[in-house]
Formats: sequence, C-alpha cells, structure tokens
Amino acid sequence: MSDDKRLPADATPAAPATNGATKKVGAGGTPPLSKERRQQARRRVLRTILLTGGVMGAALSGFLPLIYTQKQRLRPPGALDEKDFLSSCIKCGQCVQVCPVSAIKLADLVDGIGVGAPYIDARAQACDFSCDAVQCILACPTGSLTYEKPDFLSVRAGAAMATKPILLAKEQDAEPTLNLAERIGVARLTRPEICLAIQGKGFKGQARGSAFKGRLRYMDVDRWKPIKVADHPYDVAECDLCVRECPVKGAISIETVFASDGTQRKSPVVHEPCVGCGVCEMICPVEPAAIEIVPGEVWRTAASEKASVGANKS
Amino acid sequence: MSDVLKRRFREQIMVMFGREPKKPVQIAERAVRAHQLKRMTNKADLQATKAHMRAHEVKSTKWRNRRWATLLISNLLFTVSFYFDIQLLEGALTASRFIGFHLIDLNSALQVMLAHKHIITNLLIGTGTVLVLWILLGGRSFCSWVCPYHLLAEWAEKLHLYLVKKKLVTDQTIDRRLRSVFWIIFAVLAAATGYTVFEAISPTGILSRALIYGPGLALLWVLALLVFEVFFSKRAWCRYACPIGLTYGVVGIISPLRIKYKLDGCFHEGDCRKVCLVPHVLDVVIKGRAVDIEVPIGPDCTRCGLCVDTCPTGSLTFEVKGLSKLL
Repeated sequence: MSDDKRLPADATPAAPATNGATKKVGAGGTPPLSKERRQQARRRVLRTILLTGGVMGAALSGFLPLIYTQKQRLRPPGALDEKDFLSSCIKCGQCVQVCPVSAIKLADLVDGIGVGAPYIDARAQACDFSCDAVQCILACPTGSLTYEKPDFLSVRAGAAMATKPILLAKEQDAEPTLNLAERIGVARLTRPEICLAIQGKGFKGQARGSAFKGRLRYMDVDRWKPIKVADHPYDVAECDLCVRECPVKGAISIETVFASDGTQRKSPVVHEPCVGCGVCEMICPVEPAAIEIVPGEVWRTAASEKASVGANKS
Repeated sequence: MSDVLKRRFREQIMVMFGREPKKPVQIAERAVRAHQLKRMTNKADLQATKAHMRAHEVKSTKWRNRRWATLLISNLLFTVSFYFDIQLLEGALTASRFIGFHLIDLNSALQVMLAHKHIITNLLIGTGTVLVLWILLGGRSFCSWVCPYHLLAEWAEKLHLYLVKKKLVTDQTIDRRLRSVFWIIFAVLAAATGYTVFEAISPTGILSRALIYGPGLALLWVLALLVFEVFFSKRAWCRYACPIGLTYGVVGIISPLRIKYKLDGCFHEGDCRKVCLVPHVLDVVIKGRAVDIEVPIGPDCTRCGLCVDTCPTGSLTFEVKGLSKLL
C-alpha cells in the first residue's frame, strides 16, 4: 500500500498539473505522478530488483549438489540414483527418525549435497540393518528410498542385486532376505597396504578406540538392542573384523590370495551380495579405514559384469 | 453472493497475485446508504462516541495467544515426538506423518512433483490430506498458525517498527507482484533442472528441520532474511518472496474460514491496518471502500486474528461461511 504517511512535497513543485487536488489520491486514481512520486517508484523498482537478485543468488546455492554429484556421498538404503534422489527427496527427515542406530544424517549448507537431504557417514555410523525391515525405506513419503524402482526408472547394470541379500541376523526366520533390489555402493579394499589381515596381524582391544560412539548390533549380545562398538572389545589372532561383523550373508570373506611377488596372503575379498551398508568401513580398526564404501558404485568384475546384466530383471 | 461481492472476490484474487487494491467500481445499495449515513453523522457526536469506545476498550491478545500457542505446539510436537521417540508426529513441516497419516506440505509436494515428474501414492495421499485440511482451515492460516519463520518474522517486525519509531530505519516497500514472479521462477526451475531448488533456501523447511534435527549453518540464511526485514523492508520474505504463502493463498480462495468485515460499527480509524501483516487485504476498511455492509476478507489474509484482537468496535470477526446460517 502506498497511502501511508505521504509527506507533502517539499521539493520544488515540478509538476504544476498535480498540485493540490491529487495530493491525497490513493492507489485508486492514476493522476500524472509528481517528481517525488516518480522517484519513489523508481527506487521501489530498484529495491524489487535487489531482492530478486538476493533471493535468486541464494537459490543458486541450491544447485551446488548438482555440481558435487561427482563426489557423491553414501545415501540411505534403497535410494534412487543420485539425480532422481535429489529431485524426489522432500527433505523431511523421516528416514532419520526411524533409524535405530542414527546412521542417517541431514546435509547442511556447506555439505554441498542438498540442504536437508539425508546421507550416511559410514565411518562414523554405518547402517547395520538392525531394523531388519529397512525402516527408512518404509518411512520415505516420496519414494526417494524405495524397495523396487518404478518402471520408468532404469536400473544401472551392476546396481541390481543378483538375488535378494540374506540378512545374517534373520537367517533362521521364515523370510531371511533384505528386501533390497539394488545396492547403494560397494565395499572396496582401498588401502590394502595397511589392512591388518593382509599383514597377517591380529587385533586386540576396542575396534575404534574408547571414544568411538558408533553402535552395532551384536547378535550374541542382543538382537534388538545395538550396543556401542566401544563396549565390545575384540581379541582375534588374525584380524577379520570386517568379515565377522558384515550383516549380509556371503558379502565378504577372508581368502588366500597371491600377491604380485608370488607370496600367499590372507585378504578380505568382497563378493556380489555386498549392498554397500558400510559396516566393514565402520569397524575397520586401522586409521584411516583400509576398506571403504564407494557410494553409488556398481558390482563390476569381468565375470559378474555379464552375470548382472543377465540378471537385470527389473 | 451478490454481484458486487463476486466482483470483489475476483479482485481480491488479483490483489493476492500482487495488484494494488483499487477503489470499488460498484457498491451495493445498502452499503451506499451506510456510507452516506456515516458522512451525515454529527462530527461532535462521532468524536464523543469514539472517545467513549476508546475509554471502554479492552486490549485483547486472545487470538494472538491462541495462534502463538498453536504455532509453538505444532512445531515442538515434531521435536518432542522425535526426541522421546513417541512417533506421534514424525518428519518435518515439509512432509510428516501424524499418528501414521501422511501429511505433505503443498508447496514442497509441488516442487517434488515438478522436479521428479512422478507421483507415488504416499505423496498423493499426503498432499490430498493437507489440501483438504487447509481448505477447511483457511489456506494462508498455515503461514500465521504453523510456519515457524512467521513467528520470527513477527518479532522482527516488532523490532523494525520500534526502529522506525526511533527514526533509525524506514520501511522500504517492494513490488508485491514479485512473489508471483518468484513462484513461477521456482516452479520453472524445479521442472527444468529436476532439482527442488526452493527447498534449499526455504526458511520454513530450514527452521523446521533445525528445530527437530538440530541447528545447522543453513540458519545463517534465515538470519540474513531477518536482518533484511528488520533494517530494510518490513516482512520482506513473507510479503514479496515466499512461494509457500502464495500456494496456500490459492488454497484459501475456496476456504470457508475467513475474517468478516462489518461496515456498520466501523469508525475507519485504521488500527487494524496498522497491525495487519498483509494490510493490502484490509483496504475494505478505508472510508467509502466497503462494497457491502458485510464483506469477507480476501484469500491473501493469513487469518492471524490480529485485526480481530485490535478492532475496538468488533467490526472484524472470524467467520465460517455458511455456519452462521446453519446454526
């Protein structure tokens, strides 16, 4: 509204046609504008442009995640491919609320992966499927996290699981599988040189130190109550923590491999059922972790590449 | 509805999209008589009556208190529900579940639909529920009764008005059509880029998540907006930018819950316009503007009730269309 406290024109009365009669005219009539009014109108246009620029400038920060997609973060289980995920996520955090181990966090302004969009920092707290049913997928209101992609979305080769992964925790149950059709990433031995298993070393003590807050479900302790990793010390002659704590059946094992110099070594080897949950990354006792999840990665070895294309039933 | 009210109804929709309110072209016969009678009243008598009313005026904050309580409770319910894990109201304002029922913010849903170009059942159910809810509850009442940014902006406005009184700042008005432009820009951006751009800067979403999941750096943007509003332009975000407000405003077009203006008792002193958060909807109270003796306030009204509290003559009241006939 422009009818408030209009000051009488103290500037020179430049427009003689308007003096007197139109001083009090509100928004109703459209008399010729005085110099002062014209100036006010011009300033208002400038302010309008200023606010437009400010808001649009801030809105541009909303596109940061698209630039960062190369360096993507691990999304919760059942997440659509990154671009579809970003377009469909409504940023409500219901996935955060249902996670029993608080693995899911919401991104902040500086994370560059979308303000309010969920991600998992597996090293700090991995998804150990202690909810059994993948609660975050059930909670998602927009289908950003989903058991089965709708028909119009394609499944990348190697992203699809060859078979439904079996959750070790409920192997004895009538329905032992995790209802996951696609993996969220794949574990990789990114730093084999520091892996205790490869070095033939054992491990004794708290896997991540006494200050580590991460929790894990230990079936021999309590199926329904994940406890702190720090409260569950280990004493193993040959380190196999990643294999020992992997929640998925047949996703990782210690194998005897031949090194390039021909010597035999023990090494963790990741297999096709790996869903990319990140428990191996969280539990790995060396710093930084020898094994890590590559987010959004698909299963690719020469043999299984072909197999997974064949198994791409979608 | 009479022809004059129908015309005003259409004009008020245009006012919501950003047009300045105009003098009415046509006024109902009985309203013309009321206006005439008011002009004929003896000046001294009128002054005396006004003084009498002022003397007996009861300063009420009934509706404001109710509204603030509702706003705080509904936002803190999210926080409490998550903190104690009682699963009463899960999620955030953008999308939530109230004892299991999906509720999805209309503007957020729209952004997701435009960006993702696919609508799953849960999204549809949640959006539908919220649509019906806010049609019944008055559209932009979401703004004043639920939106957490609104409360902060209200306090920022108080500070702004104090600074104006001290002559330290002046209110810089901006073209209200800008809000409609922003609405279109954000809709087009979502559809074209496939990314919900607006959600990244929505102070409603940022604040709601901050209350539930803890504060983050995104709050700096909210702070920047508040600083802009305090020192530069009164309630700039809500008035000139927020697409959520416009979305709910459109819903409010057909809402039966609204503020009703009664011409008879009004002294045209404009107290209501001073407290109103969207004063362009109250042009009806200006002397000679009312097109009928009873006029419903337009859809851009946030149903905050500040005018109802302030009006010394009870000329502005909450009304549910059709309910008075029914009772």
